[in-house]
Amino acid sequence: MNLLGLLVAVPLGFMVAALLLRGSGRWLILAAAPVMAGLALWLALLPPGTTLLVGNWDLPLGILLRADGVARLMVLAGALVIGAIGLHALVDPPGGNDGGAATAETFWPLLYLMWAGANAGFLTTDLFNLYVTLEMVSLAAVALAAMGSLAAALRYFMIAMLGSLAYLLGVALLVANYNTVDVTLLAQVARLDLATVMALGLMTAGLLIKAALFPMHGWLPPAHAAAPAPASALLSAIAVKLGFVILLRLWFEAFPAITGSAALHVLGGLGAAAVIYGSIQAMRQDRLKPLVAYSTVAQVGYLFLAFPLVAGAVEPSSAWAGMTLHGVAHMLAKAAMFLAAGLMLKAAAGDRIADLGGLAQAMPLTVTAFGLAAVSLMGLPPSGGFTAKFLLLSAAIEQGAFLYAGVLVVGGLLAAVYLFRALSACFAPLAGAGPDTASRGPVTGGVKAVAPLALAGLAIVMGFAGTALVDVSAIEVPWATPTVIQPEVAP
Amino acid sequence: MMTFAPLLLVFLPLVAAAVSFALPERLSSWRNAANLGVAFTKLLVVAYLLNATEAGLVFEWRYEFLPDNDLVLRLDKLALLFVTLSVFLWLMTTIYAIAYFDRGPNLSRFFGFFNLCVLAATGVAMSGTAITFFLFYELLTLATWPLVAHKGDDKSLRAGRIYLSYTLAGSVAFLAGILWLQSLVGAIEFAAPPDLTGIPALTLTLIFILCIGGLGVKAAIFPLHGWLPEAMAAPAPVSALLHAVAVVKAGAFGIVRMIYDVYGIGTVADLGLGLPLAALASVTILYGSVRALMQTDLKKRLAYSTVSQVSYIILGASLIGPYAVIGGLVHLVHQGIMKITLFMCAGALANRMGIKAIADLDGAGRLMPVTMAAFSVGALGMIGLPPVAGFISKWYLGIGALQSDAAWVVAVLAGSSLLNAAYFLPLLYRAWLLPPPADRPAIRELATTRDRMLILPAAVTALVSLGAGIFASLPFSPLAWVTLIAEGGYLR
Repeated sequence: MNLLGLLVAVPLGFMVAALLLRGSGRWLILAAAPVMAGLALWLALLPPGTTLLVGNWDLPLGILLRADGVARLMVLAGALVIGAIGLHALVDPPGGNDGGAATAETFWPLLYLMWAGANAGFLTTDLFNLYVTLEMVSLAAVALAAMGSLAAALRYFMIAMLGSLAYLLGVALLVANYNTVDVTLLAQVARLDLATVMALGLMTAGLLIKAALFPMHGWLPPAHAAAPAPASALLSAIAVKLGFVILLRLWFEAFPAITGSAALHVLGGLGAAAVIYGSIQAMRQDRLKPLVAYSTVAQVGYLFLAFPLVAGAVEPSSAWAGMTLHGVAHMLAKAAMFLAAGLMLKAAAGDRIADLGGLAQAMPLTVTAFGLAAVSLMGLPPSGGFTAKFLLLSAAIEQGAFLYAGVLVVGGLLAAVYLFRALSACFAPLAGAGPDTASRGPVTGGVKAVAPLALAGLAIVMGFAGTALVDVSAIEVPWATPTVIQPEVAP
Repeated sequence: MMTFAPLLLVFLPLVAAAVSFALPERLSSWRNAANLGVAFTKLLVVAYLLNATEAGLVFEWRYEFLPDNDLVLRLDKLALLFVTLSVFLWLMTTIYAIAYFDRGPNLSRFFGFFNLCVLAATGVAMSGTAITFFLFYELLTLATWPLVAHKGDDKSLRAGRIYLSYTLAGSVAFLAGILWLQSLVGAIEFAAPPDLTGIPALTLTLIFILCIGGLGVKAAIFPLHGWLPEAMAAPAPVSALLHAVAVVKAGAFGIVRMIYDVYGIGTVADLGLGLPLAALASVTILYGSVRALMQTDLKKRLAYSTVSQVSYIILGASLIGPYAVIGGLVHLVHQGIMKITLFMCAGALANRMGIKAIADLDGAGRLMPVTMAAFSVGALGMIGLPPVAGFISKWYLGIGALQSDAAWVVAVLAGSSLLNAAYFLPLLYRAWLLPPPADRPAIRELATTRDRMLILPAAVTALVSLGAGIFASLPFSPLAWVTLIAEGGYLR
């Protein structure tokens, strides 16, 4: 088993260990975080073209794991984000409010399950295997959402099931039609016929539900807002990204010849609508966590707004990089923001934005983390969010796609409106009617702010590493290697 | 040193910011020492750089932060003009702020963001590419917001909100303009202006409007000035900073860069964009003065005066003649020194005697003679009386207008000077010639609580604005330096 396999197997191992160790399983993260970060970093630095055929079965029977630019960046960002969330959950246990030991215990196996599923999903090119990873991540996500609100989780479960079914149906159609479900093989044999179009349509619809693209986003805000902070962070940072990555595989790798420009603009238009709609909804929220959750709806929109920009570019690598880096920056910044919001809500008098008064003074580090994450989400420099927006906006202007350019610009401003509203509330003095500081319990010390601060700091530092990240994102891009990768198979 | 000088200038305030953020409130003397130490060190570095740059050296540092888009910090003479101004005024404001706040709440946060503000302003000055400029320009927006909202009361938060809505909308327009131009000509380096031939005039005009409109928000050009008087809710050191060197000047400086180092005066003249901009600047000058005359609050009057005065710089830049450019650029420095004097004095008056309204100024000169003397120098300079520095600016602007066949500008200058006199002289009359009201503390009483550091910075800047006028012909005076800049390329 090589490195690619380890990235999937190690978190699964930790999951089993966490299940066996029960209560003390939480300490495993102290080992898992550095090990996974090391593996992911190693992956990012591998020479291009590294692959693994699971079980040494040749394609199309075997399963191909492959480290292209998107996979490298997503796995690395995922390792940093999940590791930091896990470490944060040690000092700020999920569900600790009600003293629910059971929920705190179930959190850990779910975290590792999602980790394994996400890594496998980012690395795999096999559409059926992707279905399995999608289910792993959805299962973990639904269970994590259930830690906050059973009703929201049930709703999420129903909709996620529907998405999975649609996707599976599409996979079945492809098997019947092509006798293979490997993306790299499909790219060679894809033909424009009804079955393929239907399969692509079904799979896309299913995945859009998982990625929570407007108007299939309805399940997201209640589920993400109700869950405990570390769970919300996992849901927003990781779970929605997998659907997006699989869509990339389908639209740009397997069926670039079939996806017409009209279809791409439908996705782009939905993305643009998501940016505007999510932002307006976020502006209308009175409570902090729904605000952050609706911000995810808006941010997911940018990922799909980028689809027509990538397809329409003469030199697609910069729009492709912008799209990928937006995903990475959102992972880091949104995880940081949810963790910070969780700490802030514990210290505040209530869960409304108006209750945040005095926090800038009481917990400056946490508010700083929230602020830095906000800078990246708004796409202000210097940050990963800005780098991504810069690349996407350049691509939009170059192609004369002024509608998309306008949405990119306006979306940033709307984000500033709702995020600064929350920040501004932190600067206000303590609300007069609320309970005084003493009765709020101990204000969190510096150590709790470390994880959100580190993640938000990374989102900012990303802004200075643009060139290197763009280079990584360009490894094995679909249009550069139209032919199938032939891995060396041991005899 | 050649490559790292610009980095050092950026790095030093970062150190002060980090120290300020990290130190707890009770270690205020350590924090003050770090802030002053860094500010002094920076002044020394700048003194060295002034010498080296005059001898013809250009310091440059670059880093490829995105493919084909370099982060460039470049110290040419124009950059150094702004850097020197900001470093000097920052030292003064730091001394003033330490005395002004004494031991108020949240000062670690205040000085941290204060230093990030310096960092951004020096970065704006040294930016060698449009995208670098944008980076620091935005950082300035973000670092200033916590300063404006510092007090945390409803008024400050409202001011912060208005400030952000204006400036963020402006920078979005600016970014769109830059990227549009970049999509046509590639990365924009100020040292090597792009070749704009073959681009339709309409496109160039639209991009120009986007960029100048975006920058004009910070430069407070009418009708984009609304945020500036609101931002008066901020504490006095912040107002001093905002109005003299940080925010409004970044906008004005950007407009100078756009006209001279991106479009080039030839293109601006060909497109016929200079005259409309000059007209808009003139409208702002007169409008700001009229509004200033209508204010009864001292700080508000000073704020509208800034709206008016900053547009002198834009007027000078848009007239496109050698003397006009010199007048505009030298006003960048002169207005900064004079306006910071006025604001520091206004803050001292409010802090010591609770004077906020103009009607309260009666007899202030007898009770706080040094403060009011400094204030008077600043006010006379704003009117444009010799030998204060403001006279030099207006003189050169006037000659420049005649050179560019725009005699109407002389009428604008004359009208504005009259208005300036109309809103400043009554203040001086009240302060020096009317008796103080009976309920003011006696001068002896005031003397017991006097804090020299609150008055010293304003006295120094007042003397400097006198000196900049009297010794204008000596080397290293602002005028001499600006002339050097103009000879070195702005007269192409």
